[in-house]
Amino acid sequence: MAEHSDPNAPWKTPSGIGTSVVTAALFVFFLQYLPVVAAGEPVRWVIPWIPSLDINLTFWIDGLSLMFALLITGIGAMVMLYAAKYLAGHPQYDRFALYLFSFMLSMLGLVLADNLIALFVFWELTTFTSYLLIGFTHTDPKSRRNALQALLLTAAGGLALLAGFILIGITQGTFEMSELNAAGSIAGQPFYLGILILVLLGAFTKSAQVPFHFWLPNAMAAPTPVSAYLHSATMVKGGVYLLARMHPSLSGSDVWVWVLTIFGAVTAVFASFMALRQTDLKQTLAYTTLMALGTLIMFLAGSTGYAITAAMTFLLVHSLYKAGLFLMIGVVDHATHTRDANLLGGLRSAMPVTAMAAAAAGLAMAGIPPFLGFIAKEVAYAGALEMRLWLFVVPMALVAFALMFAVAGIVAYKPFFGPQGKLPHEPHEGPWPMLLGPVTLGVLGLLFGLMPGLTAYFLIEPAVAAVMGAPDTGGRVKLWAGFNLPLLLSLITFALGFVLYRVHLDLRARLARIEARAPDLDAGWDVFLDRFMALAKGQTRLIQTGVLRQYMFTTFAVFAVTVFITLLARDVGGLTLGFGGLSFMEWGVAALIVAGTVLVLLTSSRIVALVGLGVVGIGVALIFIMYSAPDVAITQLLVELLVVVLLALAFLKMPNLDPSGAQSHSFANAVLAGAVGVLTTVVVLLVVDQPFDRRLSDFFEAASWTEAFGRNIVNVILVDFRTLDTFGEIAVVLIAALGAFALLKGAARARVGKEDRE
Amino acid sequence: MNSIIFTAAARLLVSLLFVFSLFMLLRGHHLPGGGFIGGLIGAVAFIVYSLACGPAEARKALRITPETIAMLGLGLALLAGMFSFFLGDPLFTGQWYWVGGDSYETSAFSLNTVLVFDIGVYLVVLGGILSLTYAFEEET
Repeated sequence: MAEHSDPNAPWKTPSGIGTSVVTAALFVFFLQYLPVVAAGEPVRWVIPWIPSLDINLTFWIDGLSLMFALLITGIGAMVMLYAAKYLAGHPQYDRFALYLFSFMLSMLGLVLADNLIALFVFWELTTFTSYLLIGFTHTDPKSRRNALQALLLTAAGGLALLAGFILIGITQGTFEMSELNAAGSIAGQPFYLGILILVLLGAFTKSAQVPFHFWLPNAMAAPTPVSAYLHSATMVKGGVYLLARMHPSLSGSDVWVWVLTIFGAVTAVFASFMALRQTDLKQTLAYTTLMALGTLIMFLAGSTGYAITAAMTFLLVHSLYKAGLFLMIGVVDHATHTRDANLLGGLRSAMPVTAMAAAAAGLAMAGIPPFLGFIAKEVAYAGALEMRLWLFVVPMALVAFALMFAVAGIVAYKPFFGPQGKLPHEPHEGPWPMLLGPVTLGVLGLLFGLMPGLTAYFLIEPAVAAVMGAPDTGGRVKLWAGFNLPLLLSLITFALGFVLYRVHLDLRARLARIEARAPDLDAGWDVFLDRFMALAKGQTRLIQTGVLRQYMFTTFAVFAVTVFITLLARDVGGLTLGFGGLSFMEWGVAALIVAGTVLVLLTSSRIVALVGLGVVGIGVALIFIMYSAPDVAITQLLVELLVVVLLALAFLKMPNLDPSGAQSHSFANAVLAGAVGVLTTVVVLLVVDQPFDRRLSDFFEAASWTEAFGRNIVNVILVDFRTLDTFGEIAVVLIAALGAFALLKGAARARVGKEDRE
Repeated sequence: MNSIIFTAAARLLVSLLFVFSLFMLLRGHHLPGGGFIGGLIGAVAFIVYSLACGPAEARKALRITPETIAMLGLGLALLAGMFSFFLGDPLFTGQWYWVGGDSYETSAFSLNTVLVFDIGVYLVVLGGILSLTYAFEEET
């Protein structure tokens, strides 16, 4: 995947540099809000969108969204710079830069939106753009399949989410999350459970919780910079973000605590075992991402200060080290042409800078002091001890963190400081655009740990306050919190983790054996998709026979039956038929129409039938003229004329009618035609029976001159009062014409092709 | 169709019909007519021509393919509608500019988006019907 090219290549990719610079500028833009937000003053922008439906582009910056916005733009700028080098020379690089930039903007919209509907739109935009990114290597069928899997799963969750949001809007009377959160928890209200299930479906698919987890490791088909971006701070954190954002209004029930705790804990522990089992380092990191997501969900189950602080601190530290490690793997892959944990080793001397960056990220991941990862782990244990299900949460957290320690050793220690490996390619240090990201992120992990007070004041505590829906008392984020239970648990974690690292090769073999016996959800997905497609195909074959006569029969039959049932159900009274007062001319036109109809029924020639239909149409046009509707009459006449011309052209190419009349004059057709005719007549008579409502006519008569400066009401309605309708109609005319044109040309081409083959 | 009378008459008829279609289009706002009717008459003109001289000749007379005409029409109609959007009015609000005055009565004539929209309708109807008819005629 990685391609080698000349060292100056990034400057030949202006799209990459350009997007990176713009993203960095956005990062600086958001930085200026740090002091304001830390002082507890959220910023809001409102752009009316569909105000009549209470749907607006409302954006707000508070502690939570600001932390996400900084991570998205900061890591985004580094990833874009990195990708400019990583994919330099790729023929579709510009397209990639566009996808990545669009994804960044969608993600930014997602975390800044206050209105639920706006949030949903951005949510789906991230789904689509990440689909394009995951499937970027579109020549590879596996890549396409995995991208589609991610798209279908997260989009299905997105639909559930939309339903949940609409329920919230209906029951709470607002789509603004700031108002919802201010109103407090909605637990106990009638639709709470339904809302919660729908929102959780959306969040769990996006954030890949068990059992929807399998798309995430598959999404590693994407180029490494994409994985680094999607799986550190952005796409997969979308679900976590949503649950954190809606924490004040949705938490506060037993269901919330139990569901989030269990799904989060199971995902975390399952994923950390799976991470140990992988040999491809990118897959290992994918599963550690799952572990992090599970841990975050688990801590969001809690409502205490320590639990939320744990979630926010861990979120920050994970975004930093995970992006750094992914980018580092890309550098190693670039240099050695492998990502296999069994082959890599002893890279320290050849790649000293990468080794340092990896070490910093690995130490943060393992939770070694004084890195921020250590603080996150301490707070996490303190939070776990405070949780309602602490007897369950503490051991699960212990296992997950110990496994994380071991995995950090495998990913960040062994390839660089371990024994010399069997490398397929002589290693060399990466170019600076690819090192900038891992080094910066590694340094930040250390700096944030060394300055816990500043980090807490500007980043963590505002975020905690936003999630809790109340100002944060602070004081929990400390490098040294004294000799306490969390510290003891930390020490146990290190010991357990060290043992696990020593035996990881043996453990991996055992895990592989267990995995072989476990049900494979990923393969199940393919089976599900195949069956689903077969169902769709069968249903289409059943309904779409391809015979026009059947379609028309079905359409008219449905029309006749529904009208008949409606007439029966509405119990319409008697009909009045008045033939008196008809002029000689009106009788004449009626006779003309009847004669035309009889001609159509009796003839066995298509052309004669067509002429008969033309007579009927012209009779109708005459009626319009008699009742002074010249516009309609002219249109009717012209359309009749054109229909005759078009059908005559078509009939020239068709075989003659079956002289026996067996097909077209069947009894069923006659009955149906008669029924439709009678029912339509009845409906028209009933309509005419009603007193004519003149309100619309009066309005158009009065307004067409004063407001639209036109005297022809029909035309004024078409081009001024109802322009949108007319626009829709001419769009339909165009689409129908192009469709028929394509069919005719396509049929001609297919026939020519067939003759050529014969 | 190889009738000399029809072919000879068609050439004359086509120009007359075509001019008539433009006439109907332009007078539509006050008297019976408009883009839809005008487009239909224009289509009839070119169909008569293609029946007399063959679709290849008729296409040459059109110069642009009917599909392009129809698409240009839809684009023109949309532009006419979006014009008001840029001025801050809702989409498709008619915009009027009085030349030499400030109302219908005092001005010499008016420039308005409503007529532009109607021209779009005219082109879509003309192009749509012709693309269908020509495809039918050429189908072998």
